[in-house]
Amino acid sequence: MSLYSHSIQINTDRCAGRMRCMRTCPTQAIRVRSGKALMLEEKCIDCGECITACPNGAIVPLTNPFGELTKFRHTIAIPSPALYAQFGREILPDKILNGLKKIGFDDAFDQALTCGEISFAIQEYIRDYKGPKPLISNTCPVIVRLIQVRYPDLVDLLIPIDNPREIAAREIKKKKARQYGLNEKDIGAFYLTPCPSKMISIKQPAEKGKSHLDGAIAISDIYGPLLSAMEAVANESYRKSLENICILGIGWAMVGGICRTLRLRNSLSVSGLTDIIKVFDDIERGKLRNIDYIEAYSCLQGCVGGSLTVENVYISYNKILKLIETLEFEKIKACPDIREVRKRYQEKYFFMEGKIEVRPLKPLDDDLTRAIAKRKQKDDLYETLPKIDCGACGSPTCLTFAEDVVKGEAKLADCVIKSAGQELSAAAPGRKSRIPLKGKEPCNL
Amino acid sequence: MSGENVLSQSFEIIGGNFGRAGKASTTVKDILKELGIDPSIIRRTAIATYEAEMNVVMYAEKGEMTLRVTPEMVHLHLQDQGPGIPDIKLAMKEGYSTATPEMREMGFGAGMGLPNIKKNSDLFEISSEVGKGTRLEIVIYLNPKVKANP
Ligand SMILES: Nc1ncnc2c1ncn2[C@@H]1O[C@H](COP(=O)(O)OP(=O)(O)OP(=O)(O)O)[C@@H](O)[C@H]1O
Ligand code: SF4
Ligand SMILES: [Mg+2]
Repeated sequence: MSLYSHSIQINTDRCAGRMRCMRTCPTQAIRVRSGKALMLEEKCIDCGECITACPNGAIVPLTNPFGELTKFRHTIAIPSPALYAQFGREILPDKILNGLKKIGFDDAFDQALTCGEISFAIQEYIRDYKGPKPLISNTCPVIVRLIQVRYPDLVDLLIPIDNPREIAAREIKKKKARQYGLNEKDIGAFYLTPCPSKMISIKQPAEKGKSHLDGAIAISDIYGPLLSAMEAVANESYRKSLENICILGIGWAMVGGICRTLRLRNSLSVSGLTDIIKVFDDIERGKLRNIDYIEAYSCLQGCVGGSLTVENVYISYNKILKLIETLEFEKIKACPDIREVRKRYQEKYFFMEGKIEVRPLKPLDDDLTRAIAKRKQKDDLYETLPKIDCGACGSPTCLTFAEDVVKGEAKLADCVIKSAGQELSAAAPGRKSRIPLKGKEPCNL
Repeated sequence: MSGENVLSQSFEIIGGNFGRAGKASTTVKDILKELGIDPSIIRRTAIATYEAEMNVVMYAEKGEMTLRVTPEMVHLHLQDQGPGIPDIKLAMKEGYSTATPEMREMGFGAGMGLPNIKKNSDLFEISSEVGKGTRLEIVIYLNPKVKANP
């Protein structure tokens, strides 16, 4: 079986080999072989870009279907704060949590409170931290994978404070087990997720044996039922509902939210993989050493931009921002008690249960001498390729094709343009030396 | 020490071109990752190459960086055409910098580049001819136990 779990699956029957996914993939983890897309498990970081790119709907997220709740005696929904951004401005978290209890969950837990506590814990950690900087947030599983796979030398910069979703699940299960006299195994904690990647951090956590969560349900799957159910929920007073919102926690839904609500001065907020890769490259070069903390989200604008959300990302981003501004203006601070957080921080309550391990890509060869030889072969081969990145060979670029050939994963003959050129020159005896095709020449064929 | 066991690649660096700045050191880093070099060695090389590359971009007209990887070491050679460094001892001092206010605006000019290169390499040599250019030689051993002993 495969070594790595993924939260994305390619449905081969539906795949028409159109290569959009292959071209979109930011880590070059997709090939098209025999007309079908194929995922290279080692390279995939579960960002989900391919799900959106596929015109045939052949790439699907592997979240739990809504309706698998019956396996447990007691079920709890733990919504990502991004859920709070999916509905109009008048609909506040109170109402959403009540709605969730109407659609089949026995309980709904406001994760924003835990997020708030963890914001404080992050602040504590940064204050006492003396090691290399900047520290990087670990809340987005795609970022964690990106670092494990492509930036293994940065893995120690990932902050060792655990995720709100894990701590929330751990604590609420303990509490409910006590309250109802249940075994923790009988309680199902389900994360309502804006992205498929949370599934990998549940199925194959980067740092510990087992997640405290039992599954993840797509926000897009519960959106419809939840919207109807909320019609029957009586409206609380707006002011009262506002007072239940933890300003520190709500910000976790959007990029920059943590740094803003904590008022961290030397921090940076980045979203979108392209920009994140630039920032990580800078960190590797030793720049950004004066930055304390980097909030990084794979999705543009943060989790409100997740591929399993419903509302337009700019509208949902704005809803959270306005909510934070309102709370600031009204001076509402339903925050966790910092002294309590400090006490638990000392007791290691917030720390990850293990260390995040690196997972670097396999080198060209395990033996350095042979790897050097292969790298040279790759360079030489690349020089003979057309360099037009047409993708017809089934690799996303000519450079990745050269690498695939050197690794023995593709055949040189798969380059249709090069093969056509060779047939032509073989058929034209007048030409003595075969000139490798370059640039746009093949268009003249 | 040549032939099959050595990977050698050169990169051109153009002075004043901040748009492309950092490209050579990024490529070096990618090569080392492909070869499966230890992450801590990659980190040290990345810092050293970036600082060296940026010095050429900031102070020289143009230069060339040559990377050589052998089963024992990462070897970097930089030669630029530029003003050269009149007082190398001074230039090597932490905090010494002749960066312009514009460069400082961009976050350079802490005077930490050369000291950081030295700190991150096992062997480091610098020589310069005023009016002609500067030459750097950097060696980072792949096996951490093989330290600098000539
Ligand atoms: N290639 C070079 N050509 C000419 N002068 C150089 C060169 N490299 C360094 N110098 C001189 O040496 C000084 C110190 O260099 P160093 O890299 O240590 O600091 P910096 O470049 O000024 O600042 P930082 O590297 O922290 O951004 C420079 O300010 C410059 O005067
Ligand atoms: S930014 Fe948020 S929604 Fe997007 S992949 Fe990361 S955790 Fe998921
Ligand atoms: Mg410098």
